[in-house]
Amino acid sequence: MDVRVQSELFDAGAELTRFSLASEGAGAVVSFTGLVRDVSGGLSVMEIEHYPGMTEKAIADILAQAQSRWDLSNAMVIHRFGPLKPGDQIMMVATAARHRAAAFASADFLMDYLKSRAPFWKKEVTGEGTGWVAAQDEDEAALKRW
Amino acid sequence: MIDVLYFAWVRERVGLPRERIETEAATVADLVAELRVREARYDAAFSDTSALRVALDKELSSFDASLKGVREVAFFPPMTGG
Repeated sequence: MDVRVQSELFDAGAELTRFSLASEGAGAVVSFTGLVRDVSGGLSVMEIEHYPGMTEKAIADILAQAQSRWDLSNAMVIHRFGPLKPGDQIMMVATAARHRAAAFASADFLMDYLKSRAPFWKKEVTGEGTGWVAAQDEDEAALKRW
Repeated sequence: MIDVLYFAWVRERVGLPRERIETEAATVADLVAELRVREARYDAAFSDTSALRVALDKELSSFDASLKGVREVAFFPPMTGG
């Protein structure tokens, strides 16, 4: 299990290769990479703020919940903070299990929980101004699926 | 003494990221009430607590939670990770 909270760019391909090699006994690896989307008005920067100390703890708790629900060989979360540009990678989740159902479901679970339970906040600086990205009701509702 | 942290637009409205506060507040809601009467910028930040979340010692909590033994309180809008 690996949690990384960092400002630096990462190489999703290299991370996936490294993760797969480290996932002994797995028959399935699922990964998700989130990218900075451009918005109307043109996004110049997305500033991601987080709560150092709580972020790592919250992500570790979410990973522990995933491990208790599915039999995972391995799982990892990378999440960036700081100023990001359109097209940049924001975050990556990977899960490994003996069979694909557990790998898919646990990756989906991790994404739903990271969205609403990991202390990150996004601010968009666009041609039309600056604003904080609001949490969506459906993000909170998504947690009830689990 | 308690450390109070603010994030995202709460930090911007209050005008600082963290401060140390002398308080006898028993609950988070009591602390919010104390802050709101202090200055207009706190009143603006805490006008609608349903739009806010609170963490006590880095664990998500609620506004009716006790502050007994708590060292760090953080206020922020709903999280937008992922």
